[in-house]
Amino acid sequence: MSETSMQSGAAAQPVLRIEDLSVGLAGQPARSVVRGVSFDVRPGETVCVVGESGSGKSVTAFSVMGLLPPDGLRCTGGRVLLDGEDVLRASPERLRELRATRMAMIFQEPMTALNPVETVGRQIDEVLCIHRDYDKRERRRRVLEMLAAVHLPEPERIYDCYPHQLSGGQRQRVVICIALILEPRLLIADEPTTALDVTTQKQILALIRELQEKHNTAVLFITHDFGVVAEIADRVVVMNRGQVVEVGARRQILAAPAQDYTRMLVSAVPSLVPEPRAPNQEGVVLEVAGLHKTYAERRLFGRSRVVAAAVDIGLTLRRGEILGIVGESGSGKSTVARCIVRLQEPSSGSIRVHGDEIAGVGGRRLRPLRQRVQIVFQDPYRSLNPRVKVGESIIEGLVNYGMPRTQALDRAGTLMELVGLDAGVLQRYPHQFSGGQRQRICIARALALEPDILVADEAVSALDVSVQAQVLSLLDDIRARTGVAVLFITHDLRVAAQICDSIMVMQHGRMVESGPAVQVLTAPQQPYTQALLDAAPGRGWDFRHFRPVADAAAGLS
Amino acid sequence: MNIDPVRPALQAGDPAGMPMPAAQTLATQLGQALKSPPVLVASVIFSVVVLLSVLAPVLGTMDPIAIDPARRFAGVSAEHWLGTDAFGRDTYSRVLYGARVSLIVGLGAMLASVLLGLVIGVIAGYFRAADAIVMRVMDGIMAIPCILLAIALVSLTGGTLVTVLVAITVPEIPRVVRLVRGVILNVRSEPYVEAAVSLGSPLHRLLLRHMVPNTVAPLIVQGTFIFASAILTEATLSFLGAGLPTEIPSWGNMMADGRMYFQLKPGLVLYPGVVLALTLLSVNVLGDVLRDVLDPKMARR
Repeated sequence: MSETSMQSGAAAQPVLRIEDLSVGLAGQPARSVVRGVSFDVRPGETVCVVGESGSGKSVTAFSVMGLLPPDGLRCTGGRVLLDGEDVLRASPERLRELRATRMAMIFQEPMTALNPVETVGRQIDEVLCIHRDYDKRERRRRVLEMLAAVHLPEPERIYDCYPHQLSGGQRQRVVICIALILEPRLLIADEPTTALDVTTQKQILALIRELQEKHNTAVLFITHDFGVVAEIADRVVVMNRGQVVEVGARRQILAAPAQDYTRMLVSAVPSLVPEPRAPNQEGVVLEVAGLHKTYAERRLFGRSRVVAAAVDIGLTLRRGEILGIVGESGSGKSTVARCIVRLQEPSSGSIRVHGDEIAGVGGRRLRPLRQRVQIVFQDPYRSLNPRVKVGESIIEGLVNYGMPRTQALDRAGTLMELVGLDAGVLQRYPHQFSGGQRQRICIARALALEPDILVADEAVSALDVSVQAQVLSLLDDIRARTGVAVLFITHDLRVAAQICDSIMVMQHGRMVESGPAVQVLTAPQQPYTQALLDAAPGRGWDFRHFRPVADAAAGLS
Repeated sequence: MNIDPVRPALQAGDPAGMPMPAAQTLATQLGQALKSPPVLVASVIFSVVVLLSVLAPVLGTMDPIAIDPARRFAGVSAEHWLGTDAFGRDTYSRVLYGARVSLIVGLGAMLASVLLGLVIGVIAGYFRAADAIVMRVMDGIMAIPCILLAIALVSLTGGTLVTVLVAITVPEIPRVVRLVRGVILNVRSEPYVEAAVSLGSPLHRLLLRHMVPNTVAPLIVQGTFIFASAILTEATLSFLGAGLPTEIPSWGNMMADGRMYFQLKPGLVLYPGVVLALTLLSVNVLGDVLRDVLDPKMARR
C-alpha cells in the first residue's frame, strides 16, 4: 500500500485490463448479469472489487479465469486482456496453460477447493507436474519451499497431510501455495477470508500481501467487507447490480465517495466503538449459572473422548437488554444459545427464566416454558419451511399454544407490520422473499409467542451490510417497543458494537471477559479480547464519518 | 445512515425481492420430459399394459383357464389369436390376465413397502433409541436373499397372492427404511425444524408438516423401482414354481409351462416374456424421468 508501490504500479503496463465486459444468461443473452465493466489491475497492485451479493463481482472474476458455467452464463461483449492477450477469445488449451502459469485463483471455502482424498503435497505437486518439466526431487524441493513460504509449520509433515487434518487457515495457505507456486502475474482472490475467523483472516491477508510484494503480483480481490478493503486495497472498484458504480484509490473511495451508492455502503459499515448506553436497571429475566455442556464422542472400541463445548458459563440478562456473546468459530457461543433455547440439554448448571428452572426439565413440563425463549437462526434460506406459507409459519407457535387460527392470523398481520413487511404477503411462500425479508419473517415468528428472551444466533451474519443495518435497527426498535431481552450471538465485533449493551467474549468454551459493551470493546482487560479487536479488519478507519480514526482523535485533541 | 429501517423493498421486479421466476410446475416439467421419444414410447407401452389388464374381461376372447384338450398347441386362428398351450388354454387371454396379476403384485408390493418403510423409517430417523434396534433388524432382513425367503414362505403357507406379496414386500422394506431414515436425519437438524421445536410444536406436527413431506419425492422414485422389481420377482417366483398356483395365469407361470415345449412352440415363452420385458423397461424409463424431475441433484450424476 506504500506510495512507492502505487507510483511504480501506475507507470507499469496493466497485467489485467477489462474493457467493457458484459456477461449474459446463456439462454437469454438479453438478460445481462454484468454490463460494461472496465478496469485495470497493474503489477504489484491490489484492486478490491466490492459489492453486495448479486452485484456481479464474482461473475467478473470467473469471466477472467474462463470459469463461467458453460450452460449458465456467457460473455456477450468486451475484452479481458491478460498481458495484452484476450482471454475471452483464447482456446480452451491456451486457457488451461494460462491458468496457474499467468493467472491463479483462490476461493472462499478452502475445504471444498481441496481434494479430500489426496495429500496436500501431491495436490501442489500436480500443478508443477502439469506445467513444468522438473524431476520428482526438484518438484518436491519446490513444494516444500512453497509450504515454508506461506509459513506453514513443519512443511515435511504438512506435505503428507490430508486437507481434513488441517485447520481452515492452514488449508487456505495450502490453496495459496497451489495458486502461487508458478508465480502467476495475476492472482484472483474471491472472498478468500470470508469463511475464516478474524484472527486467521488477519494472518492470511498479511500473507497475501507479503507474497505479492515478493513477486510483484497483481491481485484482484473480491470482497463484500469494507474492513478488508480498508486494510489491503490500493484501488477499489464498487459494483452494484452488474455495473461498476465507482472506481478510485482506496482513500478516495473511503473518504470522499462520489456516488450515493458508495456513500451508503461505506457508511453502513458499523463502527467498532459502541455508543455509550445507560446501564439497564430492569428486572432480571434470564439467569444462567455454572452451565456446562460436554459432548461424549462414543466409540465402538477404545475410550470415548469427551469434548467440552461450554464450561462454567454464567450470565444474567435484564428486561430490554441486548447481551452479545462474541467469539470465533468453535468457541461454544452457539452451544450456549442452543442450551438456553433448550434445543440441547445442558450437561449441568442452571438456566432460570423469571426464576423458573428450565435446565433438566423435559417433556410435558418443558412445553409451557418454551414459549418464553425464542430463537432466530443464521441462515434465512433454511429457517423457514419452503413448503409452508409464511403466514402459517408465523402462526404455528400461536396455534400450538391454543389460539384459534383466525385470531392468530390477525396477530400475524400485526407482527408483519411490526417487522416492516406488508400484512398482505402472509399467503406467500418463503422463496418469494429476499434474505433480509425472510429474516424479518423469522423475527416475526419468534415474536409471535411474546417471548421474554429472543436469541439471535448469528442472525445478521448471512446478510449484506446494508440489509444487516436494517435488521439490526429493527431488532433495536423491537427491543425498545416490546421490552424483549435479546441474547445476540455473533462473531462480528462491529455488529456487536452496534447493538449490544453488554458483551461476553468466549474462547474454547470458556468465558474470557464480560462487561458493558463500551468497556469490553474500548478497554479490554484480557489479551484474547485485545487480539480479537486488533484482528478486526479496518479498525483504523471510521467508516461512518469517512475518515481515519487517527484523524478523528487528532480533531478531538 | 439514510436507510429507512421499516421500508424494505417489496415491489415486483426488485431483483432482491423476487429473486427468480416461480419454480416450474411439476406438470410442465413432466410435459417437457414426455416430448423425448423414449419417454413417449415408454408411457405408451405402459398405458397399453394398464389398459389391457383393466379391460381383460372385455378384450379376452376366451376363458384363460378353460382347458380344451382337443386343441392343444393350436396355431394362430380367429378363435385363438396367439394359439393355445399344452392344455389347450388360450395364450392371448392368459397374457391379458397375466398383466393383471403382474400389475396387482407390482402396485401392492410398492404401496405396502413404501407405507411400512415410511413409518419404520420415520421412527428410526427421529427416535435415537429406536434407531439402533430397528436398523439392526433391517440389516438382518437384508442379509436374507429375497428368493430364498419367498420360497420358504410359500412352502410354509402355500402359494397365494397374499403370500407372494408378503414375500416380495418384506425384502424391499429395508431399502425404503434406509432412504426415509436418511432424509429424516438430514432434515431434523434443519433450522426450520428446530424453530418449530422451540415454537412448541407437538410431535405429530413436527413430523407430518416439517419432516415427512421431504421424503415424498425420493419415495415416489423409489416406488417406481420397487414396482418394476416386484413384477420381475413375481415372474421369477412363478417360473420357479414358488409363486402363484398354476391355475392363476401369470407371465411367470406361462413361461414355466411353455419352457418344455420351447422348440415345438416358442411363442408360449416368447409372448409373455416379451410383454414382461416391455413392461419392465417402460416402468424403469418412467421411473428415471420421475427421478430427473423430482430429484435434480441425483439426475446430474
